[in-house]
Amino acid sequence: MPTFVRTEKCDGCKGQDKTACMYICPHDLMKLDKDGSETGHAMKAFNQEPDQCWECYSCVKICPQQAIEARHYADIVPLGGSVQPLRGSDSIMWTIKFRNGTLKRFKFPIRTTPEGSIDPYGGKPAADMSKIEEPGFFVQCNGFREGDRSELIKA
Amino acid sequence: MAGEFGNPEVVEEEVDILLIGGGMACCGAAYEVMRWAEGTDLKIRLVDKAAMDRSGAVAMGLSAINTYIGTEQDPADYARMVSNDLMGITRDDLAYDVGRHVDESVHLFEEWGLPIWKTDENGERFDGSKGMTPLKDGGKPVRSGKWQIMINGESYKWIVAEAAKKALGTDNITERVFIVKLVNDKNDKNRVAGAVGFSVREDKIFVYKAKAILLAAGGCVNIFRPRSVGEGQGRAWYPVWNAGSTYAMAAEAGAEMTLMENRFVPTRFKDGYGPVGAWFLLFKSQATNAEGEIYMQRNKEMLDDYPPYGQAAVPASCLRNHLMLKEMKEGRGPIWMDTVTALANLRETLTPREVKHLEAEAWEDFLDMCIGQCGIWVGENIEPEKKNSELMPTEPYLLGSHSGCCGIWVSGPTDVGAPTDEAMDGVPEHLPKGWNWGYRAMTTVTGLWTAGDGVGASGHKFSSGSHAEGRIAAKAMVKYCLDNKDLKPELDTSVEDLVAEIYKPVRNYMEFKDYSTAIDINPNYITPRMLQFRLQKIMDEYVAGVATYYTTNAHMLEVAGEKIDMLKEDAEKMRAKDLHELLRAWENYHRIITAEAHMKHIEFRQESRYPGFYYRMDKNFVDEENWKCFVNSIYDKETKKWTCFKRAHTDLVDKSKLFK
Repeated sequence: MPTFVRTEKCDGCKGQDKTACMYICPHDLMKLDKDGSETGHAMKAFNQEPDQCWECYSCVKICPQQAIEARHYADIVPLGGSVQPLRGSDSIMWTIKFRNGTLKRFKFPIRTTPEGSIDPYGGKPAADMSKIEEPGFFVQCNGFREGDRSELIKA
Repeated sequence: MAGEFGNPEVVEEEVDILLIGGGMACCGAAYEVMRWAEGTDLKIRLVDKAAMDRSGAVAMGLSAINTYIGTEQDPADYARMVSNDLMGITRDDLAYDVGRHVDESVHLFEEWGLPIWKTDENGERFDGSKGMTPLKDGGKPVRSGKWQIMINGESYKWIVAEAAKKALGTDNITERVFIVKLVNDKNDKNRVAGAVGFSVREDKIFVYKAKAILLAAGGCVNIFRPRSVGEGQGRAWYPVWNAGSTYAMAAEAGAEMTLMENRFVPTRFKDGYGPVGAWFLLFKSQATNAEGEIYMQRNKEMLDDYPPYGQAAVPASCLRNHLMLKEMKEGRGPIWMDTVTALANLRETLTPREVKHLEAEAWEDFLDMCIGQCGIWVGENIEPEKKNSELMPTEPYLLGSHSGCCGIWVSGPTDVGAPTDEAMDGVPEHLPKGWNWGYRAMTTVTGLWTAGDGVGASGHKFSSGSHAEGRIAAKAMVKYCLDNKDLKPELDTSVEDLVAEIYKPVRNYMEFKDYSTAIDINPNYITPRMLQFRLQKIMDEYVAGVATYYTTNAHMLEVAGEKIDMLKEDAEKMRAKDLHELLRAWENYHRIITAEAHMKHIEFRQESRYPGFYYRMDKNFVDEENWKCFVNSIYDKETKKWTCFKRAHTDLVDKSKLFK
């Protein structure tokens, strides 16, 4: 299901040098056609290598205009279905349309804290340099599993 | 003028610690390293070929954390499971160390905001947004199997990356730069001194010098011809952008590789490669042949052919494929995942509210991590409660996690009884003896570390274990830098030569582009795309791909070797018409080196250690007496030849407990 960009919705991220989809695509597939020489649509993004698309939907989810959708891999999947998300700050809504018209909607949580709120070392101790060669991390979150030493048959 | 296509600007930088990659392992390293490095003046940089928010294997998200030990299991239990699943040959020291550390990372993920499913006192399950007791305070996760816990993981990577980016600081992160080559030290060829790469956004080459380098750039995808060869070739099971860069760069720098003959052939929902774990373990679904017979029962005697690995409560993953392949080869396909019966059975005991929840859970399993599978379901009008789905074993993948254990040989922990000497002859003189020879997670190249898919001989680390491994490596790297304050890395190759090498595909293009009228047909160069197709064809047809039902023999491997030699020569003639194609050119170069390692190791190991993943038909047996050992190798970048050798295996935990 390579992703594609809806001509009428894409605004090229308003003339910035890089679009949101270019920023995020893990495989460097999204490209801004600045002068229209590649697609006939100036200042709009396109998927430059659809057969390398993993369908990770990173571009679909990040597009501020909701201009990106996916068309199922044409060499595998019958036409007519669609799977479209709307990603918010704490949940994601999915609209699932089957080829036969059946519709389903799902909403799932994605995050329990506000985006950008992580304080990585807040309330955490400094590293104890005397322990740098011992097992364990700089902070203990009740997750270190000190095993039963008798299980180690050669120690 | 520098900064134009074909004439890149060169940016040089010297750091203490360089992190190559932006996935779970490097995010873990980033988080841990900054705390240990506080007040030390160590200069640290992370370089990612993509954007950390969505890079690596967790880019799309995940529906489960596959490694969570919990309080009820011992790290030794985990090491045992890993070993059996990988046919007995893993490093217990490495698996054990991941096992005791991994839950620390999972507890952080939850603190940062990852929703983790919980069960209440009545056993009813809830999604991770309900504010129930966190795992670290004794909250009960929803187990989908002995080691997995369910999550609402659409934003898993986004969350983990946020913590890593904040810890590191934006100034210390470079995105969209693809590191393609490590550089050894001028004064010590067994030491790494730096790394070089290029921007895929502007005409710039980056030359880094570093004391310590963490190379954690994932596993290897698309070296075999995929089952789908049109648009669907992007729908690889593992991320299509994992190009073997970790293995190829490490090997070229002289690092000892291990178990590169190992591969993973996951059985997944056909074509979309949707995950099967939750269906088997949470929804209790069965897989059948076309007649509705459960092949794991029908063919269970076949497990006795491979003692003891077939006789554990959960037989090794490759053997489960082995039993399935019999059905396919004897014409009893297609293979079905019986979702209809599974969901009907579950409905019998559930309230209507729970049934609705169950349907959502089944869809979320795919939507969180494999949206393409939903694409197939909607296109083919498959509702899992009404229509079963086909299963299929995929094309082979190389990785150091899941049921895969190829990778780099690293120094393990010193407190778990690992051997410190070598029990077998034939290990090249310059290589260390035993399983720990220095800084934890360092490779056999001084100053070079790896984590995640890079670490060989220990599978099943998954997302959480990779994060924990990155943290383990980071600590050791800080210690190394503090111990070697006065070390001045010096590159063994001039910057000028490095630049020429990196941009060679661009020069090939510029020099010859006007020779023919069709840009892609030119006798002077080859497109990265065609080179990849050639590699995939060789691997598929001669090195046990899907075309031969995963079979090969010494003769076929010999032919493959000749063809790969010529492919390597032609790789020098790859063209790049733009920076995007330069990215593909170098990815495919890494794929070739990785594929060659895979082929050479299969050729060296005179048995079929992983039936169901591959078969040497001329040695179609498991030979415990002669081959229950590691096959390791080193690559000579001057002669471009591999040397394979054995290293002894030993158990550090008692494996017989699996069979009681």
